[in-house]
Amino acid sequence: MRVPFDPRLPLDGLTRRTFLACSGVAGAAAVLAGAAGCTWRDVQRQATENPLPAGTPVLVLVTLYGGNDGLNTLIPYADPAYAAARPGLAYTAGEVLKLDDSFGLNPGLAGWQQLWQDQRLAIVRGVGYPKPDRSHFRSMDIWQTGSPDAPATSGWLGRWLDSQQNPDPLLALSIGPTLPVLAVGEKRTAAALSVQEKPTLPMEAVLARLGEPDAADTRAAAEVAASYAALGRVRDDVVEHLDEVPLHDEVEGDQSLLGQLQVVAKCILLGAPTRAYSVSLGGFDTHGGEKATQTAQLRTLDQAVTAFRKALAASPRASDVVIMCYSEFGRRVKANASEGTDHGTAGDLFLIGDRVKAGFHGDAPSLTDLADGDLKVTTDFRSVYAEVVSTVLGGDADRVVGKAPAKLGVLR
Amino acid sequence: MTDWTRTARVLRRAGFGASGAEIDAAVAQGVDRWLDSALADAPEPQYPALEAVPLPGGNASQEERQRYRQALAEQGRVLAAWWVRQMATSATPVAERLTFGWHQHWATSLSKVRLAPAMLRQQRTFRSAGLGSFTTLAQALVTDPALMFYLDAQQNTAAAPNENLARELMELFCLGVGGGYTETDVKEAARALTGWRITPAGPVLDPRRHDGGPKTLLGRTGPLDAPAAVDAILAAPAHPVHLATRWWRQLASPEPPPPPTLARLLAAYGPGRSLRALFRAVLTDPAFEAAAGAVVLSPVEWVVGSLRVLKVPVTDQVAMLALATLRGLGQVPLQPPNVSGWPSGQAWLSTASAQTRAAAAQRLVRAADLAVVADAAPAARTDALAHLLGLPSFTARTLTALQTAKGDPAALTAIGLVSPEYQVA
Repeated sequence: MRVPFDPRLPLDGLTRRTFLACSGVAGAAAVLAGAAGCTWRDVQRQATENPLPAGTPVLVLVTLYGGNDGLNTLIPYADPAYAAARPGLAYTAGEVLKLDDSFGLNPGLAGWQQLWQDQRLAIVRGVGYPKPDRSHFRSMDIWQTGSPDAPATSGWLGRWLDSQQNPDPLLALSIGPTLPVLAVGEKRTAAALSVQEKPTLPMEAVLARLGEPDAADTRAAAEVAASYAALGRVRDDVVEHLDEVPLHDEVEGDQSLLGQLQVVAKCILLGAPTRAYSVSLGGFDTHGGEKATQTAQLRTLDQAVTAFRKALAASPRASDVVIMCYSEFGRRVKANASEGTDHGTAGDLFLIGDRVKAGFHGDAPSLTDLADGDLKVTTDFRSVYAEVVSTVLGGDADRVVGKAPAKLGVLR
Repeated sequence: MTDWTRTARVLRRAGFGASGAEIDAAVAQGVDRWLDSALADAPEPQYPALEAVPLPGGNASQEERQRYRQALAEQGRVLAAWWVRQMATSATPVAERLTFGWHQHWATSLSKVRLAPAMLRQQRTFRSAGLGSFTTLAQALVTDPALMFYLDAQQNTAAAPNENLARELMELFCLGVGGGYTETDVKEAARALTGWRITPAGPVLDPRRHDGGPKTLLGRTGPLDAPAAVDAILAAPAHPVHLATRWWRQLASPEPPPPPTLARLLAAYGPGRSLRALFRAVLTDPAFEAAAGAVVLSPVEWVVGSLRVLKVPVTDQVAMLALATLRGLGQVPLQPPNVSGWPSGQAWLSTASAQTRAAAAQRLVRAADLAVVADAAPAARTDALAHLLGLPSFTARTLTALQTAKGDPAALTAIGLVSPEYQVA
């Protein structure tokens, strides 16, 4: 298995079973990793048989696991309370990449500063939900199910899939071997595209036979057999097919964010019928030594997004793509003694693309009027979801996120 | 269910797999008596010698720092290879499985800790306290240097508390999500844990960094310190349920224990928090038997179990192969992905892992002792293989696949190793 093993604690190892236990999701459909899995060959076939009509908006969802520190991402460098709360951890006016007289970006986000200048970056400030939960697991669950009030039975993108008439199995595509909670609906799930190195397929014929179901199998044994059956579908050389769509600065067969986004770029360039893609980056749980770690993380994010946009630049589909980037919570205003920060509440949400209304949205939370040492949430994430669902995905926002607060106007 | 099948499941889950011969012996002995010895204190293993690597000084050159990092990384490799060999060759596999289970419970990663001696020290605690009272274990772990490094606890001070350890102590290790604690309890517990530092001699409480003021944690009020905080947390009603359920999920079934089972597990665990009694209760419960075949083997269980039943001599080369396979399958000992440990169940069943298992199976059988399969008449070979792997029988589907390799004991055994029935227990 090639889940992104990140030693810096991305708390993204939820299996569906854990998810079921935690959030009460009990969709009748047996959603096995094998059953949801698709191959590069599937993408090519669907792109040929059922290509996405030109001009259709496409969502690329980037999940940052671990709780990205919003205050050191969009930095209120001119606010004296900022430096006061974070001795040793604050960025000075000279260090930030200035957006205006009050706010600047983390030094790792040079490409995003350019996006801001090009009017392609929207920043929603103070995003969260009522009664913040500081557990990675619960808070990510809340963001991914879109349900802060009560445990939900499905992920928000999964509910959007449930509501769609289009039966294409690739309507939503998650890059990586495991499906995130957000992509699991009551009736449908996103497909999971796992891009591996060139498969050698030892014992291919034997595994195909062992992939047959047997009446004596326990449920777990049937799941093993199903994973072998799914293997039969990856006999084509994935990497070779990927190479048919050349990209700049190729990174082959890796699971980095750059690698994931390059796969997304190839799917989009081929005309895959996918309306929503999910990718992720772990490692934002910066309890200690935050400055160096977070800047490196944000640089990874910045460079991957920049390379992704560059790969699409020559395609007319480039202007169809909206990137949305979020994390499960922001972090405590005050630094801890380890030059890091503990789990907090409100954070920033970023939208990138030609279809976004560039600039700031949502009120910046006060650094002095705090709730128990934490930023007060000014913007409910569901208002962003609602707008993304109705504007980018062409769905019924009420059905996906419930009666959401008023839209912010972050998209054109 | 026959006595043999029932006993097979106990042995396969309690240790790292079990061969038919081991199961036969346990059947003859009776499961209760087998458990007496399996859950007895195991002899201490021969630990690897890991000398502390001297820190490069403040004026150290790039090269000296590089050498320091390389020396640390080398110790990590030595310890991981030692552990795989220990698990695969130990005469007390149940003690080994439970030690690995504690590593999953108190998940700590060398990737952040970096110091292999600290990881080894933690493992020695698992071995010495892992069958006694959970109170002893938890009290030792709350100031365990590796766990402290991993969860930033050495810099948790009165002036600026760091909540990481306090939160996970409740959320993951002792009480569970929704375990009846509040955000205030997290903050109060963090205050109680302030002031511990790691020194070359071990963890030391620095009174100047400790918050000695009154705290209220889970209803207890006083100038609570680390031991008092652990006591308060373990006294919470959610604790025994959480611990019994986590271990039930590790050993018995991905589903939570049914209420009558949970009641029996809690009774066994008791006010003394007896781990030995809890493990015995898990392995002997009627619901344990009913959950046969419900668990997908983790990569460590599959690799180590295969090395054991096939009696593969664990040379350096085989240890490296085992570690490479575990890397490919996503479960390298000493490197859990995060503080909640490794995922389970379907998470191990990607198409990529199927390929990795198949490739590893083909290499393992080349070094294996296949006499019992090879010596059997061709018509009896599949039965001999099932027995060797600790399975009562193969399914019709797997027998069809095995037909293709009747004449080749190594190929036959490789198919057995990847068969769906061998992947579960």
